[in-house]
Amino acid sequence: MKTKFVTAALGAVLGFAAATTASAGTLDDVKTKGFLQCGSNTGLTGFAQPDTSGNWTGLDVEMCRAIAAAIFNDPNKVKFTPLTAKERFTALQSGEVDLLVRNTTWTMSRDTSLGLKFAGVNYYDGQGFMVRKSLNVTSALNLSGASVCVQTGTTTELNLADFFRSKGMKYEPVVFEKSDEVNKAYDSGRCDAFTTDASGLYSERLKMTNPGDHIVLPEIISKEPLGPLVRQGDDAWFNVVKWTLNAMLTAEELGVTKANVDEMLNSTNPDIRRLLGKEGKYGEGIGLSNAWAYQIVKHVGNYGESFERTVGQGSPLKIARGVNALWSKGGLMYAPPIR
Amino acid sequence: MTMTSASDTAPIAFVRHEMVQAEPPPPSMVGMQGWLKKNLFSTPGNILLTAVGFFLAAWLIWQVVDFAIVRAVFVGTSGEDCRKSPDVGACWPYVQAYWKLFVYGRYPIAERWRVDLTGLVFVVLLVPLMIPAAPLKRLNVILFFLIFPVFAFSMLVGGWFGLPHVETALWGGVLVSLVVAVTGIVMSLPLGVLLALGRRSKMPVIRLLSTIFIEFWRGVPLITVLFMASNMLPLFMPAGVDVDKLLRALIGVSLFSAAYMAEVVRGGLQAIPKGQYEGAMALGLSYWRMMGLVVMPQALKLVIPGIVNTFIGLFKDTTLVSIVSIFDLLGMINFTRTDSAWAAPTTAMTGYLVAAVFYWVFCFGMSRYSMFMENRLNTGHKR
Repeated sequence: MKTKFVTAALGAVLGFAAATTASAGTLDDVKTKGFLQCGSNTGLTGFAQPDTSGNWTGLDVEMCRAIAAAIFNDPNKVKFTPLTAKERFTALQSGEVDLLVRNTTWTMSRDTSLGLKFAGVNYYDGQGFMVRKSLNVTSALNLSGASVCVQTGTTTELNLADFFRSKGMKYEPVVFEKSDEVNKAYDSGRCDAFTTDASGLYSERLKMTNPGDHIVLPEIISKEPLGPLVRQGDDAWFNVVKWTLNAMLTAEELGVTKANVDEMLNSTNPDIRRLLGKEGKYGEGIGLSNAWAYQIVKHVGNYGESFERTVGQGSPLKIARGVNALWSKGGLMYAPPIR
Repeated sequence: MTMTSASDTAPIAFVRHEMVQAEPPPPSMVGMQGWLKKNLFSTPGNILLTAVGFFLAAWLIWQVVDFAIVRAVFVGTSGEDCRKSPDVGACWPYVQAYWKLFVYGRYPIAERWRVDLTGLVFVVLLVPLMIPAAPLKRLNVILFFLIFPVFAFSMLVGGWFGLPHVETALWGGVLVSLVVAVTGIVMSLPLGVLLALGRRSKMPVIRLLSTIFIEFWRGVPLITVLFMASNMLPLFMPAGVDVDKLLRALIGVSLFSAAYMAEVVRGGLQAIPKGQYEGAMALGLSYWRMMGLVVMPQALKLVIPGIVNTFIGLFKDTTLVSIVSIFDLLGMINFTRTDSAWAAPTTAMTGYLVAAVFYWVFCFGMSRYSMFMENRLNTGHKR
């Protein structure tokens, strides 16, 4: 007891703290530590943002909470490490965080050359257009001849040029250095359309004088699949992250929600019984308890609930499900069956 | 009698016996009017400059007042309220909702009294230290420089005496800004003095090491230092050992500013005439006594403006810690403005206005205090 106190005190004095080691399995390390260390954004509306009491909320944040719920049956056993775009990969590589859920685009180079692995896609983003409702434009294909506000020196600018060229349409780019300037210019009417990633369009819309006057057009002209990342070579941990996301999607597909998950335990539907751990030992297969998916839905909810609460209709952002709807509803979200 | 006859006959001869009372200067040369004429309207060119300057200042002040007060929104419960009119000004309800995060960061609500208490003790110890007439200086110095850091550390970090441990990742806002600034300031001066003495030392190894240290830290930008400390260091460390992120930043900032301070102090040392050293040596004073009693007091007094300059620069540089995701006041504002509930056209501007006022108040305060010290220590060398 005394030695323990002295060790702890010494550790505190020197500022040393036992960190995750990449050597043993991350899942075991997380279980030993008693909490999940999740790399998050330093602030991104709808994905990782604060509330007035200083808690983290957002779609990416709930992904971390869901994993904590699956492991510990407690969505609050997670600590967030805010990371800038430059820091994020080194933080994961060095073991400072257990996983990275920081609106990171899944690209081939990131998946193959960083020693990291994407465990899935929790949000399909992509470049879109926003216009004033008063223009009566319903599709990006009607934007021929429009002036478009865009941030310069980004892939956004290149995608914009490609899109208009491939459709044989003319446009007039109005470029700015900073996203705030783009926003101000569009809001003051200097251009007809505003382009950036769709999730960004919705949060920029909130900064407009009258958010209700603007709509985001349905066309998405680039692929920006955002997903959680883990270190390569730790398949057990990779599985936990991947299947947490899949369980949230499966729960939505089967209609299992935070509110009805307890009733659903008595369901006779074999898919639901397998998901909630009443049949089979799927949880044990990935090193968790068989109630892992029940815990996720009970504490966080299914993917649809999480989406609507953080970025969808339940939030000020009001992002339409669009490509993020389930495959059965015309979207891209598809989870392999739990069987 | 003769006077009457003389005045009757002789031509009037007048001899003044006292000086003519000086006429008051013409009204256009004194008082407000005179001052204005002399300083603002002396030539057509100056009249033009005055007019332009006046209108520029008036316009600027009006812009700020207009934004911060006239067009501002003072009550509201969400960003929706800050969006009512097309050219809305500052969104103060956002600051009201978030000011606790601005001050404490994400420090647990139940433990925030510890921050308050530490801040209170800091002020109680600092104020008498800054007032020359306050008694018990020696005790005060010991308390402030030796006892207070230990007290502040155990209070803020916790983990002792039943205080729950609060990890530094939760610290933020003004708390972090002040912790970084105060640590940097308190560490950099003694370190800087030692380095300056080292660089002027006659011992070659010490001189070389001091020079290398100073030139190394002056040669790299603070952003690089922070970035290396935050991102590269963990890769070099043995697995399982992790030095606290804030501590890494604190060490980086302290060493960085110590190097700058060393050069400021060395400038002061070079200005002390050789006679002062020789006089001190002739009195049989040891090296440390010579430095402590004769040279340093004069040298430091000379470079007060330079020292305070470095302090102010350091204070403002504390905002750089936000690039390694430590949420100082500016970082906290950038973080909280992403809350979708408070998204409005002017949310960010309002936050930045708060940050600007905060930094201005502290930097201006330091600047005024340094002028006060200069005047107090002025022994007639000032030109």
